[in-house]
Amino acid sequence: MRETAYKSMKDLPALHLLGGGTPMCAGCGGLEVVRLFHDILGENTVFVNAAGCMTLLATYPYTPFRGSWMYTSMASAPAGAQGIRDALDVLIAKGRLSPRDDLHVVVLTGDGAANGIGLSATSGAIERGLDFYYLCYDNEGYGNTGYQTSAATPHGAATATEHRPGGVPGEKKDLFAIWVAHGPAYAGTISGDEPVDLARKLETAKARKGPKLFIAFTPCPTGWHFEPKESVHLSRLAVKTGLWALREYVDGKVRHTRPPAPAGRRPPVEEYLRLQGRFAHLFQPRRNEAVLADLQHGVDAYWEHVV
Amino acid sequence: MRKLMTGNEAAAWGVRLAEVDYVPTFPITPQTEIIEKLSQWFGTGELDCRLVMLESEHSMLTAAGTAAATGVRVFTATSSQGLLYAMEMLYTTPGWRAPFVLVNVSRGLASPITLEPDHNDVLAARDSGFLQLHAATCQEVLDLVLLAFRLGEDPAVRLPVIVNLDGFYLSFTREPVEIPASEDVRGFLPPFDGQGLHFRPGAPSAQGVAVLGGVPYSYFRYEAHLAAQAALTAFQQAAEDFDRRFKRRHSAVETYRCDDAELAFVMMGAFATKAKAAVDRLRDEGWRIGLVRPVLLRPFPEQALVEALRPMRGVAVIDQNLAPGRGGVLHGEVLATLYQAGVHTPIVAGFVGGLGGRDIVPEEFLAMARSVRAAVNAGANPPPRLLYTAEELQQTQGLQAVALGNEV
Repeated sequence: MRETAYKSMKDLPALHLLGGGTPMCAGCGGLEVVRLFHDILGENTVFVNAAGCMTLLATYPYTPFRGSWMYTSMASAPAGAQGIRDALDVLIAKGRLSPRDDLHVVVLTGDGAANGIGLSATSGAIERGLDFYYLCYDNEGYGNTGYQTSAATPHGAATATEHRPGGVPGEKKDLFAIWVAHGPAYAGTISGDEPVDLARKLETAKARKGPKLFIAFTPCPTGWHFEPKESVHLSRLAVKTGLWALREYVDGKVRHTRPPAPAGRRPPVEEYLRLQGRFAHLFQPRRNEAVLADLQHGVDAYWEHVV
Repeated sequence: MRKLMTGNEAAAWGVRLAEVDYVPTFPITPQTEIIEKLSQWFGTGELDCRLVMLESEHSMLTAAGTAAATGVRVFTATSSQGLLYAMEMLYTTPGWRAPFVLVNVSRGLASPITLEPDHNDVLAARDSGFLQLHAATCQEVLDLVLLAFRLGEDPAVRLPVIVNLDGFYLSFTREPVEIPASEDVRGFLPPFDGQGLHFRPGAPSAQGVAVLGGVPYSYFRYEAHLAAQAALTAFQQAAEDFDRRFKRRHSAVETYRCDDAELAFVMMGAFATKAKAAVDRLRDEGWRIGLVRPVLLRPFPEQALVEALRPMRGVAVIDQNLAPGRGGVLHGEVLATLYQAGVHTPIVAGFVGGLGGRDIVPEEFLAMARSVRAAVNAGANPPPRLLYTAEELQQTQGLQAVALGNEV
């Protein structure tokens, strides 16, 4: 195991730099991730936000962050991060800011912007080797507008714009693979339910200069239709069934940090799907065996190819 | 130091003299030469500035705005389709109240797609919150870039500023330009002061945040409007200081041979120099005619324009832009301004020409002057006119025949 300051939950910081009382949905799986990120990176952080659910974290005159915040637009948060990072570098180089007063620059974006309208700006920032963090909270749809289909919506899901019997016919875009193709300093998938794994990944990334990219599994009670209290349970199931692969790309290699039990010994994907209203049409009025089989097969095929 | 240079090079000199910290870039004809010049100087060490190529103009404007909000002096440049691609951020960044300068090298907008100039692109930004200045000569380009930094950074203003120069006719055309000395510019333009906008530890800030409800929203929009209006005085003061230091006078509205004029052309940009030549020719023939040239377009220089046009009996507004279904933009703004001031100029005629760089020849200026004079005598406002000749129509029909596969 790599050297790490985070061996167990006890080692996680509890600074609570992200204040409570924000208008996020009860049970939002993304909030825990943002809290951990902020606590680990510390106060000297500026969050650069793309339009999405989390835009409403800071509404005039309040902000829940101990750090700073810059809302930009839906498509160009990475470009906003570029401007801030470059300006800080200029100020430091010209002696107008002490190097001690440098800030971590963190793009905060949902999957909608990350996979679609913001992909060009993200690709550009990675290609330029921008020294920044990128945190995508993936609730698998355009959440803030009422959960419409995004490029990250999984096969078979129903959304506010997907009412066909089989759900979304396409496949979830593999954003991690797209990022890895750019050869960034770091890329990782995380979950708020695996905080030690998250902390270690952030720690690994923090030691490197360049683009440090994260996708966080984000259960969404409002969009996925489940009781807020089931959020953590759903996160656990997503990892245990193998549906959400916890992995990282660093030093040219992809490795999986929390692989599920082998096929036959891990829970079937159905257990995870059953708990969510957005997959209810796969069970009622009749089981949609074809889509259910697709979804299980997709997971099994993935892990079969993982070394 | 006096040098023969293109409008693009003059813009680059303005950036260099202003000791800009950061230039996010993206290429587009006809402005690309500006960023190439800056890049060249960066390579030789003559420019101590960070240049970054973004992947779109929308991103470029975002980076410009956030860098300014972090506390550095920023410049960027674009044209036409690029300006439109950035349009969301052209509306967004003024609301951040962090000043920077954007040079637009104007170019006609698709469709049809073209490379040559008119003013539809920059005028699409007129309601964005950016201030707007229009250059007619390469000297004016350099000077207005310096004035734009001073104006935008004025504590009563704090808004981003567009300086417009015409593509091809100014961007690629060499004219003699006086380059002021760096020390003198430093006296005119003090070091950048973020004026409380920054990202620093120990003083966290949340910028560009959402507001809930029309009450706070309206407040911030009204504030930006008032700041834009404050720019009228700020521009005058800056221009006076500029004149003292550099012995070149810039006005919000330039008047040329208007002293005893009863007729006037109203025109912006490089083509206004054609109108000046027309004024000279007409004056030689005894006409009492002048040119009124708005330099400042946002904020709209109402008072200066009214003063310039008050004595006129007939005005020809020549728009190098066209709002389909409405006509020329400047024509509408002039009419509204005169009416609001209670000035009932008998004839305010609208003409549209120069679209996509189509030339406006001396005969057309004569025809427009005659048209206005006739209208003054008849006491009736003529309908707006689109400038085009029979020969040009024949020419275009010839192209159409080829496109349709017919023999010419």
